[in-house]
Amino acid sequence: MGLKTEIAGIKMKNPVMVASGTFGYGEEPSKYVDLNQLGAIITKTVTLEPREGNPPPRICETSSGMLNSIGLQNKGISDFVNLALPFLAKFKTPVIVNIAGDSPEQYAKLAKILSREPIVKGLELNISCPNVKKGGLQFGTDHDATSNLVKTVRKATNLPLIVKLSPNVTDITVIAKAAAKAGADAISLINTFLGMSIDAETKHFNLGAKTGGLSGPAIKPVAVRMVWQTAQVVKIPVIGVGGIMNGNDAIEFFLAGASAIEVGTANFIDPQAPLKIVKEIEEYLKKHNLSHYKALIGKVN
Amino acid sequence: MPKQENCRILQHQQIASTVFKLTLSSPNLCQEAKPGQFVNIRVSSKYDPLLRRPLSLHRIIKKDNAFQLLYEVVGKGTAILSQTKPGDDLDILGPLGSGFSLPSEKQTIILVGGGMGVAPLVNLAEKIKDQRPKTKDQIIAFIGAGTKAKLYCEKDFKQIADKVLISTDDGSHGEKGFVSDLLYSRLTIHDSRPASIYACGPYAMLEAISNIARKNKIPCQVSMEAKMACGIGTCMGCVIKTKNGYKKVCDDGPVFDAAEIIWD
Repeated sequence: MGLKTEIAGIKMKNPVMVASGTFGYGEEPSKYVDLNQLGAIITKTVTLEPREGNPPPRICETSSGMLNSIGLQNKGISDFVNLALPFLAKFKTPVIVNIAGDSPEQYAKLAKILSREPIVKGLELNISCPNVKKGGLQFGTDHDATSNLVKTVRKATNLPLIVKLSPNVTDITVIAKAAAKAGADAISLINTFLGMSIDAETKHFNLGAKTGGLSGPAIKPVAVRMVWQTAQVVKIPVIGVGGIMNGNDAIEFFLAGASAIEVGTANFIDPQAPLKIVKEIEEYLKKHNLSHYKALIGKVN
Repeated sequence: MPKQENCRILQHQQIASTVFKLTLSSPNLCQEAKPGQFVNIRVSSKYDPLLRRPLSLHRIIKKDNAFQLLYEVVGKGTAILSQTKPGDDLDILGPLGSGFSLPSEKQTIILVGGGMGVAPLVNLAEKIKDQRPKTKDQIIAFIGAGTKAKLYCEKDFKQIADKVLISTDDGSHGEKGFVSDLLYSRLTIHDSRPASIYACGPYAMLEAISNIARKNKIPCQVSMEAKMACGIGTCMGCVIKTKNGYKKVCDDGPVFDAAEIIWD
């Protein structure tokens, strides 16, 4: 069935990737899902130095969604290269590494280090994490900062660059255009919405960091809208992400203009969700007598 | 290895106004599970509530290839779960987490359960008895609850343990007061055999037990709770603060050495 694709020069057997932060570095989910069947694996964000992350509680369930405030907890780039990459090298699936830093120079340094690793097929720049003071939204909410960051990283690496955008902006197309013009090979959207939840009984914040990022089916309509808007204004591929739970959700994103998708929160509910989604896309193509999913991209009437 | 599988409900009993005992079939789980581990259950295929519900393993019934969960209805997830019936299948991930490290032999094994925290301790006590039928271990169970109606598993512990000591906050059954106070008062007459404490219950109780264990130099394992998303170690949502940094309750725990935890 027609699912093969190439996004930003990265060859994939299907357009279904796993979103950063919802799949770790693949090791734990590999007990439940065959990593070789995924379009690509996008790793949890890695930073230059280890990060402790935010104080708990870090998770709060909301109506058809969840808030998280993990705060980019990770062991830093050297642990990642020495421990996580060798595990991922056992699989045929392309590895895209999601990176974040406090400054454009830190992103560039990470890009240089990762460019030396043959199993890394691309980078996703996280400029949209709402849960950290540095290395997140300060780049993704300003088109000049986005442009400057992408240009700096572009000079540091030949790896394909995907820029992950935040929905916490007035007009996402402005940031998307800035990223594209500065040399991004693709754009992924959306990251989580900045949210908050309060326990009415205890009058406490439900998250240790007070605020967190909202994800899950609750945000899907906004994600579809933003993908549609962005796909109108940039020529590079748009990767849709936000609340995709099943094949139908994925089709919706293709119709809105996404060239591929990332499955995020669904991984927490069902580790096999990405593979079920691949199967459901195939069934849809068969039912609608289509030979390739690409026939759906941007075809909303 | 843990698995994602559809487990058939064999029995679903209401044992108190808001407490249920759920018996499920799974040869894999019975084979693999250790006391202190848990399962993460998808209570419905709908998206609200979205996340799975983690529940500790209450009993393993090897002859029936079945396992039991004991849970209280506390929100919409457990309310939906309580409506499921024998013959239904539930999507389950498990067994998950680290589990208790079993004590060395010839010990006094002190179990301390508060409220629903008794659930995994029954599994632990049964495992110890099962593995060491002629054991010289002595098992002493301390169980506590707010009130008599909320005290569970007394019968189970009376069958397994050499001694069962009970407390309720309101004095309606056993001694009046917290189970940690009961433990504290009885430890002073504790004999010279080596002992280990295994505790599960509300946070404040575990903190109190941990302090008692430290002062008496008794090794203590506690089963912790946290809001979880994935339950398998990927999301890093369920961390607690330890002397070795943040650790994941789902994966590094839920059972921790009490001395490792930094209590708030």
